[in-house]
Amino acid sequence: MQRSETKRGSYLIAVLLIGIFWYIFSLVVNSPSFPTPYIVFKAMMSHLKEGLLEHFLLSTYRVIYAILLALSLAVPVGLMSFEKKIDRFVAPFLYLLYPIPHIVLLPLIILLFGIGDVSKIILIALIIFFQILVTTRDAARNVSEYYVYSLLSMGATRKDIYKHVIFPASLPKILTAMRISIGTSIAILFFAESFATTKGLGYIIMDSWSKADYPGLYAGILSMAILGFPSISFWKMWKKEFVNGSKLKLAE
Amino acid sequence: MIEAKKISKTYPDGTDALINISFDVKKGESCSIIGPSGCGKTTLLFIFSGLLEPSGGEALIGGENTRYADKKDIALILQDYGLFPWKTVHENVSIGLEIRGMKKKNVKSKVDELITGLGLSGFEKYYPKQLSGGMRQRVAFARALALNPSILLMDEPLSSLDALSRENLQNLLLDLWRKNNITMLLVTHSIEEAVFLGKKIVVLSPRPGKIVKIIDNPDAGAVEYRDKEEFFEKCREVRQSVGVT
Repeated sequence: MQRSETKRGSYLIAVLLIGIFWYIFSLVVNSPSFPTPYIVFKAMMSHLKEGLLEHFLLSTYRVIYAILLALSLAVPVGLMSFEKKIDRFVAPFLYLLYPIPHIVLLPLIILLFGIGDVSKIILIALIIFFQILVTTRDAARNVSEYYVYSLLSMGATRKDIYKHVIFPASLPKILTAMRISIGTSIAILFFAESFATTKGLGYIIMDSWSKADYPGLYAGILSMAILGFPSISFWKMWKKEFVNGSKLKLAE
Repeated sequence: MIEAKKISKTYPDGTDALINISFDVKKGESCSIIGPSGCGKTTLLFIFSGLLEPSGGEALIGGENTRYADKKDIALILQDYGLFPWKTVHENVSIGLEIRGMKKKNVKSKVDELITGLGLSGFEKYYPKQLSGGMRQRVAFARALALNPSILLMDEPLSSLDALSRENLQNLLLDLWRKNNITMLLVTHSIEEAVFLGKKIVVLSPRPGKIVKIIDNPDAGAVEYRDKEEFFEKCREVRQSVGVT
């Protein structure tokens, strides 16, 4: 208990310090393009009344969908790479397709899927798909075959091996990949929402910028940061809850 | 019960691991396989558990080729990788039964019984990492015994333990062997362990593994044997055939 309180305390101190630095810095810069935290906070409140929350929720929805889509495709393929036969098939595709900076496919994706939610979700999912796949594949390929032998000697089927060995042994790495991909997906979200749309936090940021509404711009930036924050603490909670320390240390 | 008939194994890269291995172990008997590191002891065990196919000869269990023999009868204990670090003691012990489709309720009572029997009560929710080496080995035994095997194959099960826990677990193993009427095949690189646990001792040469000698050791099977003159005599005999001077 005491430990979590100290932790909360150190978070509070960090928030305060960042606030203070921000305040001092904005006084030093003394320009409308760098407002004080107080002005930004006020702008955020007024934007909330004007529908900032709606933009926020829409962006959240896009990110969550994209992550789920990427996970549901990348994890099974990555895990199956444990089998050399399958990996021999997967590896060439990965080596050829992974190095492409997938973000340049944006025009193509828009041509194919339009400018709605689908193209944004697909762009994000496509990029983090590779991140998650590469990590999961590495994890699965590094599972010691002795664990598999030990299970096989009990008469295990292929399904048992995935369920009891490959998946749990790769889980810590999959979770790490997920955490990284949350950050990446928010960055791509900003890019995807920065044009040809009138909804989402990326739009708020670009729109406020072009209108020189600096407090509004900061309100958008702060909202993006907030979007990332709970997802990371959610991840931490999840990790604590479901993945025992011993499993994690295995991969770290 | 267990029979090696002129088993040879050459790996795909051309290394010879085993050459012309023949011996047999009767039902309820125990047999130690001893030899220097890399002599193919583990390979031999993998062949008996049906995980590897010999390049020549045959491995028979109950007269049946191990490729087709019923795996339900065999339990394999591996040195370091036996237990799954991501599963608790209880989950580790129950895994074999779960794979075989036993009902959850029955699994639990069976596993609880084994955990109590092996002195692991109170540690059900612990992960292997949180246990001492000796306790981990007990978990491995419990897991193997959960399957009610008539044959127990072990690959240096006690090699990572300190001398004291090692002797304790050797006694435990002896006890389990006698109580459960198991045929035991034990790979080890400890001369004392081979003599203490094996009614028959198969001595292998350095790679590629060939049989140097098969030593009968009828006195093995009692805890008191360890203190007897015959035990030391037998150890000397094994030591000579292994080639330690």
